[in-house]
Amino acid sequence: MAATNLTQAAPGRPSPAQASQPAQEQAHQEHPIGLYLKVWGLLFLLSAMSYAVDYFHVQGLLRWGLIVTLMLAKAGLIVAVFMHMAWERLALVCAILLPPLALLVLVGLMASEAGHTFLARLVMFP
Amino acid sequence: MSTIALPTSTAAPAGSAVSGWRQLIADWSSDRQAFHVAWGKAMMWIFLLSDTFIFGCFLTGYMTVRASTTAAWPNTSQVFALHIGGADVPLILIAIMTFVLITSSGTMAMAVNCAYRRDRVNAAALMFVTAGFGEMFVGMQAFEWSKLIMEGVRPWGNPMGAPQFGSTFFMITGFHGLHVTCGVIYLAVVATRLLRGKYERAGSYQIVEIVGLYWHFVDLVWVFIFAFFYLW
Repeated sequence: MAATNLTQAAPGRPSPAQASQPAQEQAHQEHPIGLYLKVWGLLFLLSAMSYAVDYFHVQGLLRWGLIVTLMLAKAGLIVAVFMHMAWERLALVCAILLPPLALLVLVGLMASEAGHTFLARLVMFP
Repeated sequence: MSTIALPTSTAAPAGSAVSGWRQLIADWSSDRQAFHVAWGKAMMWIFLLSDTFIFGCFLTGYMTVRASTTAAWPNTSQVFALHIGGADVPLILIAIMTFVLITSSGTMAMAVNCAYRRDRVNAAALMFVTAGFGEMFVGMQAFEWSKLIMEGVRPWGNPMGAPQFGSTFFMITGFHGLHVTCGVIYLAVVATRLLRGKYERAGSYQIVEIVGLYWHFVDLVWVFIFAFFYLW
């Protein structure tokens, strides 16, 4: 039932060939409401854990490790389930998720730049 | 990955029947498409990708100024503490804002689910609830901004430590708050149209999923801001 509804073309689509897509193309987007509730609960739990890291003054490497791990877990759940990336076609997944990795290069460059600036400030403005 | 061969014979020969931008699009796409998803959804994803780079650059800039300053960085745990019941609860306002935004993400997911089942009234109602939580978030952010401004935090300095704290704080949370505000308006517009039956006539509820993508992205960005700006 949902299959026939969802394959109807959105207005303004350029290609009339679109209508010939197989019906199961997007029918898989309907998921049981329980899945969303579970992910919702998990996100609450993970957020509470991040807050607990701060509340109980966890310090050092453990603090940063926990913050980043919890952050990535939350981001992964939102993208995979709430934004349906887990059920998208691989071409779209790659086109959207791979380019942001270039930001890691920028982070690496800027981290070394920041270290240089910091040392220069220590030397020049003691 | 593309296993579906689109029938090319159904399209008119490019350049003969159409002109202008339509012709340019027809020529460049050669009546093929790389992403076999609804057109609007692919475009929203590409917009969100560009937005990812904007926030990525903000957070990288924040990292750069924080790592290169010789002054002590203000302790966010104390800066964002609230005085409740005779004690300072650290970072409590930000924690509440986080929970409000996650709740709104949950109601948005439910709205998308209702739209798949073509449950128009419930989908619109859940979208209004989502917009309400978004508005609550923006309200708390306005409170947080006022509180910090009254404490003397400015983009060029503050009494707590490194002057870069103010500029990055106003820049990053301000841009995120702007996104939430736009999202609330977007949600309200689409939900109203949904109730009035506009998408019924157009034959597709796809727009609800597209709004949902935008809203979840706003929540996603907050996850990173919460971790890097408030907790780090």
